[in-house]
Amino acid sequence: VTGVPEDLLRDLARQVLGALVRRGAEFGSAEDAVQEALLDATVRWPQTGTPDEPAAWLTTVARRKLVDAQRTDAARRQREQVVAAHPPTGPTEQDDDTLLLLFLCCHPALSPTAAVPLTLRAVGGLTTREIAAAYLLPEATIAQRISRAKRIVAEQELNRPGDVTVVLRVLYLIFNEGYTAGTVRVDLAAEAIRLTRLLHEAYPQPEVGGLLALMLLHHARRAARFDDNAMLVPLDEQDRPKWDRTMIAEGVQVLTAALTREQHGEYQVQAAVAALHDDAASADETDWPQILAWYDELIELTGNPLAELSRAVAIGEVDGPLAGLRAVDDVEQRLSDYHRLHAVRAHLHARAGNTARAAELFALAARSAPSTAERDHLLKRAAHVRLNGGAIDTVSRRVGIRPSC
Amino acid sequence: MPKFLLLKHYSGGPEPHDFPPINEWSPDEVTAHIKFQLDTGRMLTERGEFVDAQAVSQDGAWVRYGGPDAAPVVLDGPFPETKELVAGWFLIDVESEQRAHEVAAYVSSAPGPGGRPIHEWIEVRPVMTAPATIE
Repeated sequence: VTGVPEDLLRDLARQVLGALVRRGAEFGSAEDAVQEALLDATVRWPQTGTPDEPAAWLTTVARRKLVDAQRTDAARRQREQVVAAHPPTGPTEQDDDTLLLLFLCCHPALSPTAAVPLTLRAVGGLTTREIAAAYLLPEATIAQRISRAKRIVAEQELNRPGDVTVVLRVLYLIFNEGYTAGTVRVDLAAEAIRLTRLLHEAYPQPEVGGLLALMLLHHARRAARFDDNAMLVPLDEQDRPKWDRTMIAEGVQVLTAALTREQHGEYQVQAAVAALHDDAASADETDWPQILAWYDELIELTGNPLAELSRAVAIGEVDGPLAGLRAVDDVEQRLSDYHRLHAVRAHLHARAGNTARAAELFALAARSAPSTAERDHLLKRAAHVRLNGGAIDTVSRRVGIRPSC
Repeated sequence: MPKFLLLKHYSGGPEPHDFPPINEWSPDEVTAHIKFQLDTGRMLTERGEFVDAQAVSQDGAWVRYGGPDAAPVVLDGPFPETKELVAGWFLIDVESEQRAHEVAAYVSSAPGPGGRPIHEWIEVRPVMTAPATIE
């Protein structure tokens, strides 16, 4: 799209759609109309130059498209009257519109597979093709998910203020997909951060801040998470100078502001753990006792067995690997063949010096790993402990510091 | 251009694998092997022959229809004795069957223990296409 700044278009897409929907246009057809107007803009603006009031231009074109579409649909003709000319929207209205769109796209009636692409397109301004590329799915599949999602949304009554926990969940899923992918494709992690920022501006609740901070504090480590062969680099072996200090500072700031309001939630607590990792100049300087305390709180808040597994790692650091292994035993019933359970146990056995058992468990974890990056990483771990005992450098150093086991 | 599916198997092909399982290799051997797979994907992309590449987990299940009012019949894996267990594939779009065989042989030359080619058997299956509209 030469000549048309893409970010501008994507911001405008959301604003124009928000304004149309707020003035009574049916969400599904308005979304189609805005997409068509955007296409027109990418064709015309490079020739005519970007109009002085691009939002007004897009709104006019989108409204015309909407009317055209509705002419062919007599049943909807009544509604087109509602979409009358309107004054430009101010920042407050734009925030309200963003919120309205997010509540529609992340409606509790939608499954995540439906809400995710709808949100990326209607609020994120990505094209169906870009979303398909990001998820490595055929374009027709994504197009179908979006149109089915719009049909479901059309049947719902929107009870403002909507359900922000569902919105947070959808944004979290988008971030996670981008974060685990690690390869060069449409940057879903950055996209999730952008959307969460918009939500945070419109709706600065503590958990919204918590999720934004969680994303920033993880995304900051991005450059250090994979090596040149696309192999996963675990946290304790990452080259910390590669971390993005500016992003970490922002994450800490957002998190601190959220925590002072004393309405802790799972995103704030997970962000606090991430902040403690980011704060350590080296793996050895990690404040594990504080991390352990946060995991205790996370378990109280969620009862999530995954949190208990993470807590077992922290216990292993604070009270030694044998204590960590006992904590893994306690959670095993609820996490039977989960690859992370095997991996955590393998890690603790390696630290306790049971290298044969550790190698066996790393190999077992590799078998059920959900991604090739994780599988390959676990295979290398298995090879490493078998050859060098537990002596992965940083781990052995820590054992040296804390021989309490 | 015809498409070919190049299948890698967990347990070998016409003969069983004669190299130890990857979790018994050294870390550097594992890294070299993985780098080879990535480079192969890149090479195929650069030549305009790449369609898809996936790795599939060893774990899984056999499933069949259980009847009109019954749940699906599910036999949980793993199935270590199954010789047919697919580990992953390259799907390529190439000039000829000969080129597909060339690519398969190259894939089979991936480094293993000691950096030596593993000579892994690759199953090459032509993908059926729609009938040509112009004869």
